[in-house]
Amino acid sequence: MATYRVEIRPQQGRSDPQGAGVHHEIEELGIASVQSVRAVRLFFLHGDLSDADAHRVADQLLTDPVTEQMHLGSSSAPEGGRAVEVHLKAGVMDPVANSVERAIGDMGLSIDSVCTARRFELIGGVSQDECETIARRLLANSAIEEVYFEAYTPPATHGHSYELVVTDVPIRDLDDAALEKLSKDSDLFLNLTEMKGIQDYYRRIGREPRDVELETLAQTWSEHCVHKTFRSDVAVRNNAGELVEEIPNLIKTTIFSITEQLAKPWCISVFKDNAGVIDFDDEHAVCFKVETHNHPSAIDPYGGASTGIGGVVRDPLGTGMGAKPVANTDVFCFGPTDMALEDLPKGVLHPRRVMRGVVAGVRDYGNRMGIPTVNGALYFDEKYLGNPLVYCGTIGLLGREKCFKNAQSGDKIVCVGGRTGRDGIHGATFSSGELTHEHETEFSHAVQIGNAITEKKMLDVILQARDAGLYSAITDCGAGGFSSAVGEMGEDLGAEVQLASAPLKYAGLSYTEIWISEAQERMVLAVPSADVDELLAMFEAEGVEAVVIGTFGTEGRMLRLFYGETLVGELEMEFLHNGIPSPTKEAVYEKVDQASPAPPAADSYNDALLSILAAPNVASKEWVVRQYDHEVQGGSVIKPLVGVTEDGPGDAAVVRPVLAGRKGVTIACGLNPVLGDLDPYQSALHAVDEALRNTIAVGGNLAQTALLDNFCWGNCNKPDRMGALVQAAKACRDAALAFETPFISGKDSLNNEFQTDSGETIAIPSTLLISAMSVIDDVDRCVTSDAKAAGNYLFILGQTGPMLGGSHFLQALGLASGNDVAPVDLAASRRVFEALQAAIEAGLVRSCHDLSEGGLAVAATEMAFAGGLGVDLDIAAIPADDNATPAARLFAEYAGRFLVEVTPDNHDAFLRTVKHCPFGEAGRVTDTGRVVVRSQDTNVIDVNIAEAKAAWQKTFDW
Amino acid sequence: MATPKAIVLRAAGTNCDLETEFALQQAGFQAERVHVFRLTEDAAALADAQFLVIPGGFSYGDDVAAGKIQANQMLRRLAEPLNDFVAAGKLVLGICNGFQVMVKSGLLPWGHVSADEAHRDATLTWNDTPMFVDRWIRLRADSDKCVFLPKGECFDLPIAHGEGKFVSRDGVLDRLKADDQIALRYVDASGQAACEGGSADSNPNGSTEDIAGICDPTGRVMGLMPHPERFVDPTHHPQWTRRAEPSADGRLFFDSAFAYLQQA
Repeated sequence: MATYRVEIRPQQGRSDPQGAGVHHEIEELGIASVQSVRAVRLFFLHGDLSDADAHRVADQLLTDPVTEQMHLGSSSAPEGGRAVEVHLKAGVMDPVANSVERAIGDMGLSIDSVCTARRFELIGGVSQDECETIARRLLANSAIEEVYFEAYTPPATHGHSYELVVTDVPIRDLDDAALEKLSKDSDLFLNLTEMKGIQDYYRRIGREPRDVELETLAQTWSEHCVHKTFRSDVAVRNNAGELVEEIPNLIKTTIFSITEQLAKPWCISVFKDNAGVIDFDDEHAVCFKVETHNHPSAIDPYGGASTGIGGVVRDPLGTGMGAKPVANTDVFCFGPTDMALEDLPKGVLHPRRVMRGVVAGVRDYGNRMGIPTVNGALYFDEKYLGNPLVYCGTIGLLGREKCFKNAQSGDKIVCVGGRTGRDGIHGATFSSGELTHEHETEFSHAVQIGNAITEKKMLDVILQARDAGLYSAITDCGAGGFSSAVGEMGEDLGAEVQLASAPLKYAGLSYTEIWISEAQERMVLAVPSADVDELLAMFEAEGVEAVVIGTFGTEGRMLRLFYGETLVGELEMEFLHNGIPSPTKEAVYEKVDQASPAPPAADSYNDALLSILAAPNVASKEWVVRQYDHEVQGGSVIKPLVGVTEDGPGDAAVVRPVLAGRKGVTIACGLNPVLGDLDPYQSALHAVDEALRNTIAVGGNLAQTALLDNFCWGNCNKPDRMGALVQAAKACRDAALAFETPFISGKDSLNNEFQTDSGETIAIPSTLLISAMSVIDDVDRCVTSDAKAAGNYLFILGQTGPMLGGSHFLQALGLASGNDVAPVDLAASRRVFEALQAAIEAGLVRSCHDLSEGGLAVAATEMAFAGGLGVDLDIAAIPADDNATPAARLFAEYAGRFLVEVTPDNHDAFLRTVKHCPFGEAGRVTDTGRVVVRSQDTNVIDVNIAEAKAAWQKTFDW
Repeated sequence: MATPKAIVLRAAGTNCDLETEFALQQAGFQAERVHVFRLTEDAAALADAQFLVIPGGFSYGDDVAAGKIQANQMLRRLAEPLNDFVAAGKLVLGICNGFQVMVKSGLLPWGHVSADEAHRDATLTWNDTPMFVDRWIRLRADSDKCVFLPKGECFDLPIAHGEGKFVSRDGVLDRLKADDQIALRYVDASGQAACEGGSADSNPNGSTEDIAGICDPTGRVMGLMPHPERFVDPTHHPQWTRRAEPSADGRLFFDSAFAYLQQA
């Protein structure tokens, strides 16, 4: 058998944008010795090809004959430079290789295997040390890749054959210390109480557990899968240690109960399925789920984020009988991207690299899936250094009659999509633990690599099979792999699984590895026996693998796992799902008021305004947005960027998921981590208010708005973190009640703490993401935030007070904030939302922008430059408390406020519509190209829109 | 005459097939999405149709290079039926990834699928800024023979691609110009292309002579990087909330094809 190495590089004289891009990033690293970079693509063909055939493959399939040249064989280091090659580690998924193998088959040739790699030729006097830095910091990820500094040709890899060895794990006689050690050594991430619960069970049934049974319990009982913290009873104490409150089942008492209490008739399925489902039109429902994929993204930003999107897409697809994904959202929290390399804690990737990788991962997966990424947010804080947060959401569309699943005893368990490999073993348990500086090496196997096209193919056929009615239930294979998917679907039925039937990427997987692998792009269907053949044929017709791996339904609701003839594991579904012990969690919370320093009064706030516009949390995210396809599927109505040059900030997205109709869905989010640590209760109210404000600002419908909660918190075994969680959960309850906007789905990711090599623990700020989805009747009524025409009136809705705690204004002045966060007046906000919605529905509003980060000054400036116009406002005319200083009027971040543009024709009608809420007629749109805000006779703000926009755009002008 | 029939060809990773089908139906076509495997098994479906649309997406993940794997499939397994289709005077339109597939399989620029000749004279390669980009651009129809557009028409459409830079071998550009095959150029607000002295920003990817789309020597086979199916409703336009007169200019492509086939 021969191995051919094919090198493909740009022809002399042709541009090499990939190489130039890498060169730019090398310069960003501070390495000046590289003059240019040539990017070379490498392919390795293993098999019985003739030289002529290998040449033909290289020439006709692998090379672009117009721009590239190919070379069969190994080049030495480039003249006057060095080479770096980046190869995937053995066993890491290589989607390109799979495509090439099939294409070579299409050429009528046969081949054993293909692999790919990347080579970078660094021209210039670059030292070996610099080469290593460039490789480590920029080019390769040691979790999944190997680096070589000369031409390397990998051998063909073969899996090792597997011989069945069934393993018992004796636990019945272990003491506490030994139980804890077992949990730790086996990466089970189960605490002592849980280990003892398992020990008791096996003592009761009179045998030792099998390894696969313990793994199943660890996956099913993981924080990631069962949300045990949120479901626990909580004892809340004050700072003196006195018990002030006992809360049974935190989530049930707060978020679930309010949805139940509101009992909205348009809620179809909430908190039960993989996504929450609500009404859309007479024929359709829409569903929404937001997930986090934080820990994997910390280790491999690209792979982690892409599988994050891949995973959340499978949630709607696994909801009811399967929903078609119609829009994605993404929200990221990173460390500061301008941080000096030497200040990074050990084991942490630079935030700029994390951000580039995460954005690229979401881009490549979402774009390939053909799902528009329409809404998101970015937030920066040093506390995210070791724990970047990656939230991904997907909205799906499904027939109203397809909203529920109904697996039956006797249905076949069919696995469809990708193959099972060693990727992602222990993902669920890993994501439930804390990160340490050693995690990069310890847990590289927990990182999954996605292949969007495998998922897209699978999606295409699943929707056909759904419409043909060929299955009775579906769910995704996410965290915990088959163990979770089959465990969940078979909870009420029991199931028998033949693990040897699962299609594998390579030989050598043990039965346990097959069972808990988190290999991506797999779904599990329950298929009535009579439909199995037709279903399998449907998948085969489009080249998607589908295999029967078992049957649902056993006596006594048992889960039985076979490998060939051997019963390798057996568990009662009852114990698996209800056996987890639930101890009471301790929480501490008491707010001790701390006032912020009073900022010095000033005659001009121009500098503060420009500084806030450039702050990473406010600045333009166009660099990110443009990389996402936000228009695929043809339903785009309000895009992420708006205005006369299509680069102003939009408030929320609107899509029309059914192309033949005028109904739409608005998608918005709210989060404000800086408030999270100051006042978790107010912070959560602000997050809900912001998500709804954004919704209303584009023409959303408060009467049919559903909310999602995603909590990313520190280690909630620590009572202060738990105390903050309780506060936030209560705020969600109170806000949902006040606005009558039920929560329909949620997820939490706890233990987001990072231990540095010096032993210091960095916890993330308490970060609650609220996502909002509303259904609107006519997208033609929607509005955008860019000012439309000089002469139009500008109104401010909503009351402003004096408090500045947590505001961007204090940050811009470099003042430490107290915890005097602007309190949210839920009732007032609701009045404003309803009045504004009525005005927009009546066609009275030309533009509308919500007031959030940076307050009125930032909103007015954004509205002006997005419209290419000016604004002229008087702060005496805004609805404000008497003690609100000019600075507070300009920059305070009170909730429930909007800046609204109204034509002279509609002035009176608009006034009538908003008369029951706080409003002020604060000025006019002008054609001066200046943002002018007056306070008595002084222009406290007077800036040119070009200057303001440049400040806003330069931060992420990468 | 019977309603013209259009096929929207899809493969693993095609993702603009549904909205393209919708745009075709809106224009009056009887449209059907057909998986490439169905055609490689039996190409009869092509014989029934008058219009073949290869829509956007990431066929086979754009692995190796955009459109390359699907082009290889068409070269090896569908060359004859495709050549027959073109020879029968029917229409072919490739949008974005479809354009990439056409250029790499030989359907463009010369309207002929052949393994030895395909992808030799022109290509679509990485944008000058080697990243996927989604934005709206202005275009001008530049060919008299292209049946999908009246020459001189200017309109806005979105692009969404990473590998859309049109590049050709020496001498090929002159041949394309001489034969009136430059169907579409990126232009600025005043309707001028950068190569004519218009604003340089109007060319989003560095394409030679601001080429956004080309047609074959007959004018019946066309490919373009922008997405006409994404502008068939007034609310698709990024400035629709500002525009006094709403339009949906992407319909032009599908309406022109429909009118052409009705007359044919």
